[in-house]
Amino acid sequence: MINFLSWVLLLSGCFCVLISAIGLIRMPDLFTRMHAAGVGDTLGAILVIAGLMLQAGPTLLLAKLVLIMFFLLFTGPTACHALAKAALAGGEKPLLDDNNQ
Amino acid sequence: MMFFVTVIALFPAMFLALGRAIVGPTLYDRVLAVNSFGTFTVLMIAVLGFMTDQTDFVDIALTYALINFIGTIAVLKFFVVGDFGYEEQRDQ
Repeated sequence: MINFLSWVLLLSGCFCVLISAIGLIRMPDLFTRMHAAGVGDTLGAILVIAGLMLQAGPTLLLAKLVLIMFFLLFTGPTACHALAKAALAGGEKPLLDDNNQ
Repeated sequence: MMFFVTVIALFPAMFLALGRAIVGPTLYDRVLAVNSFGTFTVLMIAVLGFMTDQTDFVDIALTYALINFIGTIAVLKFFVVGDFGYEEQRDQ
């Protein structure tokens, strides 16, 4: 049962990571790419590390995995926020729709 | 076995992130791609650690996550400020 749950979590985590990477490539503008990267950073990381947590069992390893997960959750959005601020300060304009240019 | 599948799935994601880092028109795209690549590396190290039953890899993954974040913030600060803010040299 535990292995089955780990399988499900790891596969969905891989799915989110792949979606994030594909979104990183296909999105037209920097700020939409940041949205795509955010998907992989947060949801992908949660699912993959949760799948590992089930495998780790109640050991110190589990504590380290929890630390990694929380750290990734806190720093992913923060880095994206800093990047958006730097991009806007650097004169990067978001891509608006064409008819109200 | 499931870890092997995860590693196989993580590889194309890392290549795509590298592709964006290479293609990325603006330098902020590159910073974003490198940050995303770093997070995928963290996941890859953790999964490889579990695949080969070496539990020390999780420490490496945690360290890598810390360094990746600090690196991204440092590069962004460098882009915004221009240099690392040695105020007294600039005023002379």
